[in-house]
Amino acid sequence: MAKISFDWDSKSIEREESGFEHAVEQKKRKISYAAALYETFDELLRLDERIFIMGQGADDPFGMFGATLNLHKKHGAKRVFDTPLSEEGLTGIAIGAALAGRRPIYMHNRPDFLLCAMNQLVNHASKWSYMFGGKTNVPLVIWAAIGRGWGSGAQHSQSLQGLFMHIPGLKLVMPSTPYDAKGLLVSSVLDENPVIILEHRWLLKHTGYAPDNLYSIPFGKGVIRKSGRDLTIVGASYMIIEAQRAAEELEKKGVSVEVIDLRSLKPLDEELILSSVKKTGRLLIVDTGWKTGGVSAEIAAVVAEKGLNYLKEPIKRLSSPDVPTPAGYVLEKKFYPEANEIIKAATELAGEKS
Amino acid sequence: MEKYNSIQFESNPRDITSHVLIDLYKTMLRIRRVQLKIEAEYPKDEMKTPVHLCLGQEAIPAGVCAHLEKEDYVFSNYRGHGHYLAKGGNLKALIAELYGRTTGCSGSRGGSMHIIDTSAGFLGTSSIVAGSIPIATGAALGFLLEGRANVSCVFFGDGAVDEGVLYESINFAMLKKLPVIYICENNFYAVCSAQKNRQALDNIHQRFAGCGIPGYRADGNNVVEVWRTAKEAIENARNGGGPSLIEFRTYRWRGHSGGDNDVSLGYRTQEELDEWMNKCPLKNFEQFLRAENLITEEEIRDMEIAIDREIEEAFTFAQASPLPDEKDLLKHLYKDGK
Repeated sequence: MAKISFDWDSKSIEREESGFEHAVEQKKRKISYAAALYETFDELLRLDERIFIMGQGADDPFGMFGATLNLHKKHGAKRVFDTPLSEEGLTGIAIGAALAGRRPIYMHNRPDFLLCAMNQLVNHASKWSYMFGGKTNVPLVIWAAIGRGWGSGAQHSQSLQGLFMHIPGLKLVMPSTPYDAKGLLVSSVLDENPVIILEHRWLLKHTGYAPDNLYSIPFGKGVIRKSGRDLTIVGASYMIIEAQRAAEELEKKGVSVEVIDLRSLKPLDEELILSSVKKTGRLLIVDTGWKTGGVSAEIAAVVAEKGLNYLKEPIKRLSSPDVPTPAGYVLEKKFYPEANEIIKAATELAGEKS
Repeated sequence: MEKYNSIQFESNPRDITSHVLIDLYKTMLRIRRVQLKIEAEYPKDEMKTPVHLCLGQEAIPAGVCAHLEKEDYVFSNYRGHGHYLAKGGNLKALIAELYGRTTGCSGSRGGSMHIIDTSAGFLGTSSIVAGSIPIATGAALGFLLEGRANVSCVFFGDGAVDEGVLYESINFAMLKKLPVIYICENNFYAVCSAQKNRQALDNIHQRFAGCGIPGYRADGNNVVEVWRTAKEAIENARNGGGPSLIEFRTYRWRGHSGGDNDVSLGYRTQEELDEWMNKCPLKNFEQFLRAENLITEEEIRDMEIAIDREIEEAFTFAQASPLPDEKDLLKHLYKDGK
């Protein structure tokens, strides 16, 4: 059996506070999102010898946007290493290492590359517990950062959460703050099942509050970033930044917006969405992914099934139009819904109050 | 060299004890009789799962797994009953799985193509061709990282050699010098597609040389040759020498899936099948053991009786085992139910 050098239960804490950190962050330690990831990886590697990190460029001078920078020097090249550009093979290799008692973290600069690994992710990692009646399990973390802007184009900026959310047996998290990035990373590594963490590249330089100790955030628990009465905006990851910007402007117009950050998409905090919609009667779903058959469609379906009577207006969705990301900056800007589009859609839903 | 039909065995081999020879025979015989019993019962439609029989290929799992410890891992594919049994997988749980019972090795969720016995170091099978090759490679990485002196073996067919993920896996295996043994059971057909219609050259054993991985080609119907070749590759991996590839040439007696002779489909000939059935791994080895006075006819009969009794017990156990409760449909998606 694998040696466990770290007593997870006594070290990890459940998050008790709810709501948004920026109310208290003035007084507390602020760090960048990438730095929060870095110190979490560093501490995890120190505490649990089973954990290792691999990925194309994990030990290069970029160090996964700083998240793994020079960790190989600190924890050894055996535990933090570069990989061949063999996404399918290496995903299967990570699965095998997990079956042998290790805790692999396989990192990718972009989720687009995960498409090369779908056979191992969908046909194998997600099925190895159920297909064998729970006789074994795959504690595997897949990490990737969604790209955006500067002409990243069709193959370096895809938001593929809809694909992964569809697959039973995978878990999927999309944090938006350094605090959540840290806590959800700990939960992901702690988990006995395959977990996909989709970061957003534009969040990696954001700063925010995060305690220096390790703590875990339960999956399937969203938070209310801002309370409101007239309208619920639901989303995750970078869209929460845009939603909060929009909410501030909408307040000035007298529209009281509730912003819900889902933090994990699978499992999904249906209860939080429904209780908010019950209160506000209006729902705007925001997502970095495509509209058809994706995350926004799923959330809309949940509310239609379980909360239709709460709705005063039809649900609205803001997501990427159903085309690949264009590289040129004029079309690229139009491709991404931002705070202005959120304000417009919210105003259509809730009307101008002042 | 003594020749029995088309297979040659050395008289008095010095590197292999009579005890091992008898064990190899017994393992093959057990696999053979389990497969024949499944085939006989299959038309009753009580085993509602696509079975892929390994009749004719019994020498490979027997000869390879003879060198493995319980803590070594084996991964396999949809034609995995032989590998499962040779590695020490529980027979009752295998048969119960075919009958869709809760006592099945995969709790009625895997069927014939997805079998496992973690207590025997048999870590699962994939029905996606080449699917378990990277996973076995990763298990070897796990051993290396933990400092365990174990090896990981993966069985696959000639069809898997067509898949790209195999080449991704072997590159990494050599890069890290992983203790993994790639065992290709070349039976010359992927379903009905002949190897010669899919591969430019008949040279599977040479395919890994470009990555610096030693490759062997051996007669997969000669259990002594299988045993010897596997011994070298496994000892090398255990001693830190890294991965090896072995191409065992063999032949599947039945159709890709299900029982019965499928020659009428027209993709292979009766002559070809007859030629290979004449090279039966069991029959020829038995003649050798008898000629060498290593086993008597009576001992063979006793062995068959004991095996058949065990098989009967397994089928009785399976048929008497409870079917799953519908309310458990969602169970085991995640460990810890989370």
